[in-house]
Amino acid sequence: MAAATTLRLNGVEVGVTADVSTPLLYVLTDELQLLGPRFGCGLAQCGSCSVLVDGVETRSCVTPLSAVAGKQITTLEGLPVLYAQSKGLQSPPAYTPLQQALIDTQAIQCGYCSNGLQIKATELLMLNANPSEREIRTAMNGHLCRCGTYPKILEAIQLAASTIRGEA
Amino acid sequence: MSNFRLNRRDLLKAGGALVVTFPLLPRGTTAQTQMREPQPGPPAADQIDSWIAIHSDNTATVYIGFAELGQGASTALLQVAAEELDLGMDQIRTVGLDTHLTPNQGGTYSSQAMRRGGPQVQRAAAEARQALLALAATQLQIPLASLRVENGIVSGSGDDNVFTTYGELIGDRRFNLAFTGTAPVKDPSSYKLVTKPLPRNDIPPKANGTYQFMQHQRLPGMLHGRIVRPRGQGAYKDGIQVVSIDESSIAGIGDARVLRQGNFVGVVATREWDAVRAAQQLNLTWNQPESLPGNADLFARMEQSPPDDRVAREEGDLSVISAAAVTTGFTGYGPYQAHVPFAPNCALADVQTDTALVLCSTQDVYGTRGKLAALLGLQPPQVRVQYVEGAGTFGHSCWDDCAQAAALLSQLAGAPVRLQFMRWDEHGWDTYGPAHLGKVKASATADGKLLTYEYEGWQHHWSFVETTEQTSKGTPAAEWPAMAAQQINPLVLGGQYRIPNIKLLNHHVPGVDYLKGAWLRSPLDLALTFVSEQAIDDLAFQLGIDPYQFRLQNIADDRWQGVLDGAARAAQWQPQQAAQNLSSDEVVTGRGIGLGTHLASWGGAVAELEVNKRTGVVRILHLYGAIDAGRVVNPSNVENQIISQLIQTASRMLHEEVAFNTTNVTSLDWQSYPILRFMEAPQVTAVIVQHIEQEPLGAGEEVMAATAAAIANAFFDATGKRMTAFPFTPARVLTALM
Repeated sequence: MAAATTLRLNGVEVGVTADVSTPLLYVLTDELQLLGPRFGCGLAQCGSCSVLVDGVETRSCVTPLSAVAGKQITTLEGLPVLYAQSKGLQSPPAYTPLQQALIDTQAIQCGYCSNGLQIKATELLMLNANPSEREIRTAMNGHLCRCGTYPKILEAIQLAASTIRGEA
Repeated sequence: MSNFRLNRRDLLKAGGALVVTFPLLPRGTTAQTQMREPQPGPPAADQIDSWIAIHSDNTATVYIGFAELGQGASTALLQVAAEELDLGMDQIRTVGLDTHLTPNQGGTYSSQAMRRGGPQVQRAAAEARQALLALAATQLQIPLASLRVENGIVSGSGDDNVFTTYGELIGDRRFNLAFTGTAPVKDPSSYKLVTKPLPRNDIPPKANGTYQFMQHQRLPGMLHGRIVRPRGQGAYKDGIQVVSIDESSIAGIGDARVLRQGNFVGVVATREWDAVRAAQQLNLTWNQPESLPGNADLFARMEQSPPDDRVAREEGDLSVISAAAVTTGFTGYGPYQAHVPFAPNCALADVQTDTALVLCSTQDVYGTRGKLAALLGLQPPQVRVQYVEGAGTFGHSCWDDCAQAAALLSQLAGAPVRLQFMRWDEHGWDTYGPAHLGKVKASATADGKLLTYEYEGWQHHWSFVETTEQTSKGTPAAEWPAMAAQQINPLVLGGQYRIPNIKLLNHHVPGVDYLKGAWLRSPLDLALTFVSEQAIDDLAFQLGIDPYQFRLQNIADDRWQGVLDGAARAAQWQPQQAAQNLSSDEVVTGRGIGLGTHLASWGGAVAELEVNKRTGVVRILHLYGAIDAGRVVNPSNVENQIISQLIQTASRMLHEEVAFNTTNVTSLDWQSYPILRFMEAPQVTAVIVQHIEQEPLGAGEEVMAATAAAIANAFFDATGKRMTAFPFTPARVLTALM
């Protein structure tokens, strides 16, 4: 089938064949086989499927393909490149400061929710590299975690923020 | 020995491995060093080769029968094996659970991974090391007693050019040795890896998004499947009755088609979105009888069940209560609660005429294999089940049901099928943690000693027949036979204390009349201690004694005291009778303490919370949890497990209750079944009471019961009122405060 839609995904243009009414999530996971955005509820309630659309955290499970045509989509896979661009780095790091903080604090348990948490925290840190604890909690409140990692995720976001400020 | 060989010292600098390439392997690929040929298992447990393979590059694969659930078990069990083998952590790895590769160690539940799995892996590794040293002694001509091992490099002459490696001794060949369990294991005082907070292997790929979850698995030529069921289960015995299906209602949705066997209905399509839409748009009618009690009549109906009673413990003479200085009586209610993993279960099945491959997130690959074989009309060895991690499941969520449904769809479709449960499938068709009704009566003497304790508890057992089997084959609903964790638990019902006169009575409720049930992290225990530990607290209150002090003077043994003290010290507990700072303020604060566990280990907790008396909103401010799990292999993992339990208990005590009417469950998503959110997450303090000389016990669920009790007691401290049911919703709180 010929490509019907062109997506600007993680800085690259890719053609996809799905009907434009298809939610973006199924295009990313099935047609493009990405591992970052992932199914959680299909109802925009949990944040599992989140991606950045022109820098704004967006639930891909309820966003039709037609709504993102021509916009910049960033998934978990694209976060190191996005970070390098925002900091003017020559090349993307192996792990973003947030990912390194998640590793350093051993914050992840099952890790399934990590995609959405990272997308949302990235959106926050791009706007505000020095968020208060309350600002972090408020920003993250629409993202669920069943394993109970909230305290460690909070610690990791604070650690990442300090790393990012250090690299400014 | 060849001239270009590194000497021992240089090889050690390189980590001991001769070829250094050990990434976590994506499923479906075969490592160059993975030598075992898959064949129907389980591999013989009495053979060393079933547990450990040494590769020619001087690395090892340990075959482990426990699942990585995000709790770090795979890392911790490798620590145990590496310790006994004298290998570095970068020289050792494991493979995913697979009935064609890994041994049968039973399921990964009841916090058994370290308790049962640890010693088995430890002894197998010790025995492999013993065999390797015998080979080395012969090859190097050095007495066995003089040999030493570091990173799999065996030496002993003092000459750095005289050595061999595990890889050279046996690389990629079989030991062909019986596993006798007789090789000596290391003295805990010599541990280099065990008890160290080593970072988990699975976190970096989970952080950068390269980790492949169950939901990411694909097979060539596969179809996407969805099940079609009523939104929300009815009574277990009723199953599902299809009245009519109009297949034309999905005409035009890609190549979607309906598959049906009996009352089992599903759809498959090439494109996932077509399967999703077809399942939602398929026009069917169901018959769902009004046979449930609904939330409103649940406990009254449970209490009226025909008697099926068992005395769980009886000592002394309860009639001495007449000599008590203070008595207390309390009836409490614990709701059905759901597993609801963050992502609903997913399974991928390829069923052919005489073989089947099923990938799913089961905690017990061999148990799941047996059920699948029966469903498909195959023999267990014809079925290969592979575990792939999904979202954290915390007990028996829908994995068996999902695996069975995927397999049946594949059999009916004649093609591989990937089945993703939708949110409402997982929420609505879960095997919930059963509801509990408890009544306690207890007394104490004037000098503050517990005198009598009497507990009666009502609940049903777990469901044995999955919905897929029930609907497709007509297999009648059936419960598991009686066993621990389905009945009242003597360890948490007074077992924390010295009580001379005690009786525990279990009332089994017929589960087929209610919702489906199964084990949910720390099964029943939260409800049990919610009831029991409030009664203990009330005795202390009536005696005018600080609740920590009262527990201390009745404590059963040193292990319980260790966690009681651990939690109290962390919280900087100052002695004071409860509910002495009641105020007319709108927002009041309190603190509480509790003791509890599951089937092993010891847990103690302190909770600090505030109650808004106008809105009824309870906010938990800080939770302190202490666990004694014997020898803690990886303290970092256990710290995370404690934090996880504290947060989940807060969620279960404040929010979680499965809602259902007389027809069906109505908790179908995160709005109708809310869980704790980021804004509400309390501060947490984890305390590990390390006993390096003891065998490792479970640490995955043993502080939740204590935490539930501490939260309940903190509510009393803040308000002077006792909650008789959880979760502490604003409506319940306002009623309690009236």
